[in-house]
Amino acid sequence: MTFMPKIDRRSFLVSSAAAGFSLGFNIPVGGEAAAQTAAPEVNAWVVIKPDDTVVIRIARSEMGQGTLTGLAQLVAEELECDWSKVTTEYPTPGANLARNRVWRDFMTAGSQGIRRSHDYVREGGAAARMMLIQAAANEWKVAASECKAANSVITHAPSGRSTTFGKVAAAASKLEVPKQVPLKPVKDWKIAGKSVKRLDTPDKLTGKQVYSIDVQLPGMLNAAIKDSPVFGAKVKSFDAAKVAGMKGVKKVVPVGETAVAVIADTWWHAKTALDALPIVWEDSQNAQVSSETIAAMLREGLDAEQAFVGNKAGDAKAALAGAAKKVEAVYGYPFQNHATMEPMNATALWTPDKCEVWAPTQNGETALAVTAAAAGLPVNKCDVYKVHLGGGFGRRASSHDFVQQAVTIAKQMPGTPIKLLWSREEDMLHGRYHPVTQCKLTGGLDANGNLIALHMRISGQSIVANLLPQFLKDGMDPFVFQGLNPGGAEGAFGYAISNLLIDHAMRNTHVPPGFWRGVNNNHNAIYLECFMDELAHAAGQDALEFRRKLMGNHPKHLGVLNAVAERVGWGKPAPQGVFRGLAQHMGYGSYVAAAAEVSVDNGALKIHRIVAATNCGHVVNPQQVEAQVEGSFVYGLSAMLYQECTVKGGRIEQENFDTYNVLRINEMPKVETILMPSGDFWGGVGEPTIFVAAPAVLNAIFAATGKRIRTLPLKHHDLRKA
Amino acid sequence: MVRLIINGQSREVDVEPDTPLLWAIRENVGLTGTKYGCGIAKCGACTVHIDGVAARSCSIRVSDAVGKQITTVEGLAHNGVLHRVQKAWLEHDVPQCGYCQSGMMMAVAALLKEKPKPTDADIDATITNICRCGTYQRVRAAIHAAANA
Repeated sequence: MTFMPKIDRRSFLVSSAAAGFSLGFNIPVGGEAAAQTAAPEVNAWVVIKPDDTVVIRIARSEMGQGTLTGLAQLVAEELECDWSKVTTEYPTPGANLARNRVWRDFMTAGSQGIRRSHDYVREGGAAARMMLIQAAANEWKVAASECKAANSVITHAPSGRSTTFGKVAAAASKLEVPKQVPLKPVKDWKIAGKSVKRLDTPDKLTGKQVYSIDVQLPGMLNAAIKDSPVFGAKVKSFDAAKVAGMKGVKKVVPVGETAVAVIADTWWHAKTALDALPIVWEDSQNAQVSSETIAAMLREGLDAEQAFVGNKAGDAKAALAGAAKKVEAVYGYPFQNHATMEPMNATALWTPDKCEVWAPTQNGETALAVTAAAAGLPVNKCDVYKVHLGGGFGRRASSHDFVQQAVTIAKQMPGTPIKLLWSREEDMLHGRYHPVTQCKLTGGLDANGNLIALHMRISGQSIVANLLPQFLKDGMDPFVFQGLNPGGAEGAFGYAISNLLIDHAMRNTHVPPGFWRGVNNNHNAIYLECFMDELAHAAGQDALEFRRKLMGNHPKHLGVLNAVAERVGWGKPAPQGVFRGLAQHMGYGSYVAAAAEVSVDNGALKIHRIVAATNCGHVVNPQQVEAQVEGSFVYGLSAMLYQECTVKGGRIEQENFDTYNVLRINEMPKVETILMPSGDFWGGVGEPTIFVAAPAVLNAIFAATGKRIRTLPLKHHDLRKA
Repeated sequence: MVRLIINGQSREVDVEPDTPLLWAIRENVGLTGTKYGCGIAKCGACTVHIDGVAARSCSIRVSDAVGKQITTVEGLAHNGVLHRVQKAWLEHDVPQCGYCQSGMMMAVAALLKEKPKPTDADIDATITNICRCGTYQRVRAAIHAAANA
């Protein structure tokens, strides 16, 4: 491996890590790791060991969504290897840079892990197969075209000879990587497209799986941190002497301008001392901000003159003025924390000439860039070893504040590895929150109840303006219109409305927004799909029929909607006391719809059943797509039922799961998943069904109670009959 | 210094008596399968067995666990044979990120010990662990499978 950096002088910094790989399953230690990567690679994606073990390199991060297994299936499919011999490893972002980004994009967000890499990873598998076959053919002095590979065995039928991948891998690794790599037709898939078991399950059952929080390095110390509860307020003073004598405490250090950390032998000692440490922060203008002031600012945006236009047809305002019937409603969506089960953390080791980080990152390359900047070192003197994530949901994709802090702390103790772990309270107070928005919707019906005009004004935060301002277009955040776009493969509006205006009044706050699983689709789908229900009701029409009339030009949107309506029995009587609601949306390249069945008994909501349909084009592992759909409803319904981060005095009020509740097993509805891939595109699955979770249930709640819930979470609303 | 019995082994642990059991297990004993999630006994990621009963180790002092049989997820399998809960979890491919699953499986193993054939209502009343990935549907199916194994 020509890209291999020199072996670190500290043997514990593991040959595997030094070779540019962090293993997904174990923190490699010494000889074991050396043995694991001793075999030469066939190409960047495939290593085959003499014992026929197949190591498939995975650039995207595994955080529960199953991408690790799905990508391995795609490589294995073309490789024609024995699936039972497949293992995986992560290349490091440093190795990726050193090799001219041979593994391409590491970003694991936007439900893109598979849909944006299926082609080149399959080519990687196919190229490796061709090289292995060529190596066998060379040995046998026959034409490669006469040889075939299946199940890790290469055979030459005319002579009856056969060999295994492991026996020819070394010779194959010396061959040139082929340029022309044809791929198998999807109909011939044997491993991809099948419900194989996840590769990472066994270690998750015994405590063996190492998450970032579990990283152990010799001589490592632990850090606990407190950042200003009021976002952005600077540290005025802290009294380190007060805690210097506490058990295990090694050092108290400032972290940037706003935070202080205690370094100790154990994290519990660090946390105990941090809780006892007097810290004074400067007064900040931000302390004037509350949920009320933010809501007032958003309300002003609902009617503001200036707004960015995301989708426009005809003249919505004129058509509304002339409509036989006008319907208007204002909706709102709160801040929410990702609340990954594993709080933010990272381990860093800094020396004047090198910085290494072990982190639960959704994008190793961003983590590396943040590491280099915080370390004050060139990027080629740094590397990041990705460790399994205890949940990501977008929190660990763009913002790598936890990495920046870990490096900043480690830099103050050169040569000592420091593991920084946030308490749950720190995690709740320093999220990258689901953006806060309000939306005013105005619809116009003609005398026959046809929708002739719709104006949808979104007022609120832009994630992009805060985190990725380079993606603004003349000040406009195009991501705000997720699922509302006039067309395109990513998230197209599913209705044909002759007079349409969807616009955004950007109103930002000091509370930092982030990409929260589903992102802007979550509130956009609630606003649009609940309002479509309101319009259908105002028109005196069935909610499904009302939508269908507008969806003639959008057969894929309609396809998933029809599928859930048929399965749930729409139009037929529901069980006694049970009421139904529908929703559809398109995002991250996939079409999704849901039908919900609920009952409301003396104000108590029970969600009995969800039918969810997904057209994601291709399905690589059906049972794992089903798992994502089931989990998406837990995520989306937790948000709908309970979740809200409120602001008081410039800070978030909710600090733990006692005030930030999550749906538990007793509230889990039965989720029936319909997968209906049309085979002509590649869409994502990690997020899309979240979009339709809340609107389908909210529409069912209206059917049950006659109450329109226009602001979340539901816990604030009384569903008892008036 | 306290003496703890963890997974059948007696261990000298150098911690203050009021240290939460979770941190003694993770940091002093070095068994990291037991997870930190909230520190206030709300999420269940830290669930272990104390004398066979499910307990949230983040909110139990080490001094209160002295002399008791503590079992962590690392001790759930017996002589290298997976517990029927682990087998059912494997069969149903339950974990997603997996971070909560140590605690989830420990809670379920304790439930099955008490109620070998739990009803859905038993499960609803007993299994209050948080899973942010949302594996509940498979957790329920796997509990029934383990009960019938």
